[in-house]
Amino acid sequence: MLEVKVIKRLEAARGRLELDLEFQCHPGEFLVISGQSGAGKTSLLRMIAGLMNPDYGKIQFNDQTWFGPKINLKPQERDCGLVFQQYSLFPNMTVEGNLKYALREDQSESDMEELLDIMEIKGLRNQKPAILSGGQQQRVALARTLVQKPGLLLLDEPLSALDRPMRIRLQEYLKEVHKKYELTTIMVTHDPSEALKLADRIIEIEEGKVVREGKPTEVFGNKSLSGKFQFTGTVIDIQEEELLAIASVLVGNQLIKVVISDVEQKSLRIGDEVIVASKAFNPIIKKV
Amino acid sequence: MNWSPIILSLELALVTTILLFVVSVPLANWLAETKSKIKPVVESMISLPLVLPPTVLGFYLLVAFSPNNAFGNWLQETIGVQLLFSFPGLVLASMIYSLPFMVQPIQSGLTSLSLNMKESSYVLGQSKFKTLLHVLLPNIKPSILTAIVLSFAHTMGEFGVVLMIGGNIPGVTKVASIAIYDEVESLNYAAAHQYALVLLLISFSILVTVYSLNKKTNLTGKHA
Repeated sequence: MLEVKVIKRLEAARGRLELDLEFQCHPGEFLVISGQSGAGKTSLLRMIAGLMNPDYGKIQFNDQTWFGPKINLKPQERDCGLVFQQYSLFPNMTVEGNLKYALREDQSESDMEELLDIMEIKGLRNQKPAILSGGQQQRVALARTLVQKPGLLLLDEPLSALDRPMRIRLQEYLKEVHKKYELTTIMVTHDPSEALKLADRIIEIEEGKVVREGKPTEVFGNKSLSGKFQFTGTVIDIQEEELLAIASVLVGNQLIKVVISDVEQKSLRIGDEVIVASKAFNPIIKKV
Repeated sequence: MNWSPIILSLELALVTTILLFVVSVPLANWLAETKSKIKPVVESMISLPLVLPPTVLGFYLLVAFSPNNAFGNWLQETIGVQLLFSFPGLVLASMIYSLPFMVQPIQSGLTSLSLNMKESSYVLGQSKFKTLLHVLLPNIKPSILTAIVLSFAHTMGEFGVVLMIGGNIPGVTKVASIAIYDEVESLNYAAAHQYALVLLLISFSILVTVYSLNKKTNLTGKHA
């Protein structure tokens, strides 16, 4: 169980920002921290990992205090792994070298082999990071972090630099390893569909404060929908017919066509993130 | 032709470069990551030799190393090292004189690396020293090469400081640049020309080596 209560004054690009956050993350939970960029999400992860010091507060993981009065463990001493958005692989080492570098002395190479397997990067083991695609690099970065079997996995928008299809594939990997290794995971993202897909619980922060917290469907304000099933997707096309319009929505890698009314058509634009839900027969579409 | 000044110059440059590298890596690393208020002061001190006439530096070192002085006296009495008109003195002076040429390229190389790389290593539980050795330095090889070669070449070519604190003792402090000056003073232009030509060739081949090596690393970097 991770308990966080931090206060930190930040000098951000848009002026001063005071982070004042308190939350818990339960064992085995996939917690998503969502919010606009500049809300303090990354700073929060950096404080948990020990790369940034809170001005005041307490960070406790299981029985160990990581930060508190007169206590401040170094990043090296905290049982957590962190995957950055990009550029974190060591360019001078091969894929295998990157993973080996992370192996602790008491670990055997079979831990590494297993992850090379799960992440499907075995064929790349002798390649240098520079020739890998963005998606491959992030799989290596994730594998390297997991080699140490960290008690807490921190993900700082690990997929945001990737294109959509690759992002969806990697979400599957994340889901899989979170389950397989029974990880406690905190992921930062500003992509609502990613949050909906992966999170057990979502904490939304704005200007350094928690504004909403709860199950994904609760947080994204669609309680009123009471849909039978629902997906999030992106509007990629709106076609006007004689009486009504048809919106093409990309959900995962499937294209769904939804009939929309005049009013709905006016509020939707190509590129909007939407929820497609169905109540028995009529699909409902609503802007996220 | 008497080769001893050339050999002495090479020896001096080699010893200076090695020692300077060992000193400069931690210094450059500190400068690259510190937020300390005294950073500009330290940076200015390191860069002083770039703007000062070598004779100014030579003069102060001459005063400092002199046995009539507290520091020089202490060195001679306690450690038994005489820095004035000796090879160790030349090495120390050259290190100070070439410091910016070693520190600056390494510092800018380290600053250019993505912060994520370093922090990833820390979060993976690796120490700062191991990170520096296995992650940071291997990824700034062109900068290190530039630093080493510039320091070496600069030490080979120094004159003012060496003359001030080394004097002109054959086999001990009479390096190639001094030998040229010496020969010209005695109107022995042929000998001066020989030393000058050798220095020119050595310097030129060093620089050509660096630029071709750097071009190669840049190319592989781009293709990769």
